Amino acid sequence: MSTPVPQNKVVQWIEYRLPVFSWAIAHGVDYPAPRNLNYWWTFGSMAMIMLVAQIVTGVLLSMHYTAHVDHAFDSVEHIMRDVEWGWLLRYAHANGASMFFVVVYVHIFRALYYGSYKAPREILWWFGIMLLLLMMATAFLGYVLPWGQMSFWGATVITNLFSAIPWIGGDLVVWLWGGFSVDNPTLNRFFSLHYLLPFVMCGMVFLHLWALHHRKSNNPLGIDIKSPKDTMPFSPYCTTKDLFTGTVMLFVLFVFVFYLPNTLGEAVNYEKANPLQTPAHIVPEWYFLPFYAILRSVPDKLGGVIAMAAAILILFVLPWLDTSKVRSARFRPIYKQLFWVFLADCVVLGWIGAMPAEGVYIVIGRICTIYYFAHFILIMPLLGRFEKTLPLPESIHQSILDKSLKSKTGNIS
Amino acid sequence: MADLPPQNEQSSAAEEEGTRRDFLILAAGAMGALGAVGVVWPLVQTMNPSADVLALASTEVDLSGISEGQAISVMWRGKPVFIRHRTPGEIDEARAVPLDDLSDPETDEVRAKDGKWLILVGVCTHLGCIPLGNKFGDPKGDYGGWFCPCHGSHYDTSGRIRKGPAPTNLEIPEYEFLDETLVKIG
Amino acid sequence: MLKYVISFFASITLVFFITNKLYAAGDAPKPPNIDWHQEGIFGTYDKAALIRGFQVFQEVCASCHSLNFIAFRNLLEIGFSPEEVKLIAAEYEVEDGPDDEGEMFMRSARPSDYWPAPFANDKAARAANGGAMPPDLSLITKSKVAGSDYLYALLTGYRDEPPEGFELSDGMYYNDYYPGHQIAMPQPIYEESVEYIDGTEATIEQLSKDVTQFLAWTAEPKLEERKRTGLKVLIFLAIFAALAFVIYKRTWKRLKIKDTEE
Repeated sequence: MSTPVPQNKVVQWIEYRLPVFSWAIAHGVDYPAPRNLNYWWTFGSMAMIMLVAQIVTGVLLSMHYTAHVDHAFDSVEHIMRDVEWGWLLRYAHANGASMFFVVVYVHIFRALYYGSYKAPREILWWFGIMLLLLMMATAFLGYVLPWGQMSFWGATVITNLFSAIPWIGGDLVVWLWGGFSVDNPTLNRFFSLHYLLPFVMCGMVFLHLWALHHRKSNNPLGIDIKSPKDTMPFSPYCTTKDLFTGTVMLFVLFVFVFYLPNTLGEAVNYEKANPLQTPAHIVPEWYFLPFYAILRSVPDKLGGVIAMAAAILILFVLPWLDTSKVRSARFRPIYKQLFWVFLADCVVLGWIGAMPAEGVYIVIGRICTIYYFAHFILIMPLLGRFEKTLPLPESIHQSILDKSLKSKTGNIS
Repeated sequence: MADLPPQNEQSSAAEEEGTRRDFLILAAGAMGALGAVGVVWPLVQTMNPSADVLALASTEVDLSGISEGQAISVMWRGKPVFIRHRTPGEIDEARAVPLDDLSDPETDEVRAKDGKWLILVGVCTHLGCIPLGNKFGDPKGDYGGWFCPCHGSHYDTSGRIRKGPAPTNLEIPEYEFLDETLVKIG
Repeated sequence: MLKYVISFFASITLVFFITNKLYAAGDAPKPPNIDWHQEGIFGTYDKAALIRGFQVFQEVCASCHSLNFIAFRNLLEIGFSPEEVKLIAAEYEVEDGPDDEGEMFMRSARPSDYWPAPFANDKAARAANGGAMPPDLSLITKSKVAGSDYLYALLTGYRDEPPEGFELSDGMYYNDYYPGHQIAMPQPIYEESVEYIDGTEATIEQLSKDVTQFLAWTAEPKLEERKRTGLKVLIFLAIFAALAFVIYKRTWKRLKIKDTEE
């Protein structure tokens, strides 16, 4: 069943030369999505909304921003005070970054729960991790631009991570800075890259979706699509659902934008960068806290950097570390429990990342770091071998019929 | 199948269902359009002149140092404003021109309230170049006023377009004399 | 499933608040919480307090502290008339130039001018204040974790004598709420430091509260516009979300009808 391209003459004229309409219909309307997709499958489109929102607000902000150490802080305040709706633009962009991370993290944990990274979706998963890395880089670069105290010292600390690399580290950092400390050349290149990377992300999103549409979406049962009965057309079913959850997401975002605009930020970033004085507590934005905790848990400069990088890079090999034949945690009773333990582990790491590195926090941080890696290196390979999985349903359609039958008989009794 | 309602009743229910959905989609579409405008409107407005730019929209100029026959340029809203202390000859010349000779008819009395002071936005109305004629050595064009070197527009001693591609006379900014020699532009 | 989504967002929000509270816990004691007029969903600035606070700033703070992000024209927003703003501006001199001879000159300020700083540069400010730099006050309430509460606590937290056993360095003053308790700024506000134009009794508490509110405004002048817009946007989104939910549910009903037909 495919939706026809409209018979309109102009549409046909274009279609003959470049089949954009049939392409859009094939991927935006007729794309067969599994019938049983739940709410967790709407976070991908929310992430897309956020990417677009960040680019739109970002481009408009850049029209008023000045990437120079003498003017950056003032130009941000100029946006907040003098530019029409400038305060809305900036608060939406700053809080939008957080919202973007929220939906992307949910998106990732959904993939972990339902085994979406497993064959044949490994490349789709890789593009996803690359998107996460690009997003982190963009967020970090963007946080430097207001040139407040935390901007400056965050930039200093994070760029100094590279100095841990043996032999070339020192030179590499000087090259990154374009000087002997974080200064005007650094700010300029950070602005340039902060503007560039979101468009690289757009390209990566295209690849991510290409891979998705080639091998089709995973679903809560984790079984393959076997017949057209298992699927529904993307539009109107997914579009209406995504419209609803997207609106709810915007509601949450705007609660922060309008009523808690600085709650997620650092107060000290409203102080202009001062290269002579480090703030009392250096804390990254909340979305980096788990990784920051891992960095600090290793009592060695190079080791910490390696651990932090490995925490993300290990995701690339997850499809092979996970040896289970079954995708969805629904049919993996032990993994289902351990998934929540792993999620809790990440949340605790986030909390530790916000705490000063002293006393009991260091101990908790180390235990959680060890568990984080153990989850991937030990638990995932072993669990796949020894776990007794539950029987898988025959098909997506059959499981829906069974469920509605059960609810009917339930009603009668 | 025995539980199903009779055929006709079912179809009318489906119809009702259909119209209700149509209404919902219409309502959502209308709200969506409203929302889109509500998003786009402030975004477009962010590109307007900001409050600090608007606050600088007026400037005060001391005219006491400009001798007869001399003209100066001052910056106002990022553009030059020409202030010319006209000679009686120039004033007479400007006032003697019959309106029929002008492509953008305007009397000199309207353009220069005070006769001797002519205050103009020094931007050619063709495509925004700055006409010559303020400095002593400048070409003043065929009509003794200003000459735009970009595309050859000639302005007279009242800043009116007389020859060339410019469609209208040089613009007169809003101004008021605070005293004999102090003028506030904007 | 909806309940999961809702509980998820709720828990995320909760986590944010908790982490934020924890960030706030630093080395200085937590300032007491004050119910400011501008707090809450419908909170607005107390205009009378802002005008009084401006007077305190002008007569007390401005001799050492700059207010770089505030122009005289901004005073229109707290209730001064255009004529009053002109008069206030005219009391101050700002540097302009260069003139036709190439010299910088002083002229009386206009509404479009920014608040003139008391010192020519940071080094001059330090030199005049025993090596300590009086910070710019435009953003002072936003740059502190406890915000207005902190500023009020600081202004009212001076003690004549440090507690026993506390070693106070030369030229420093003891304050309950300053991190480390040693502050270079002497107590700025005393009873009757300012004679209020509107006749309000000028207690230390009143003066401190008023100037704190004024500085909360200088830090976030768009607060009222923000909250007003926010209410409209959130109401719109709530209705739109409800509508989208009904459409989504009705659309998916068609899938179920197909199943029962088979």
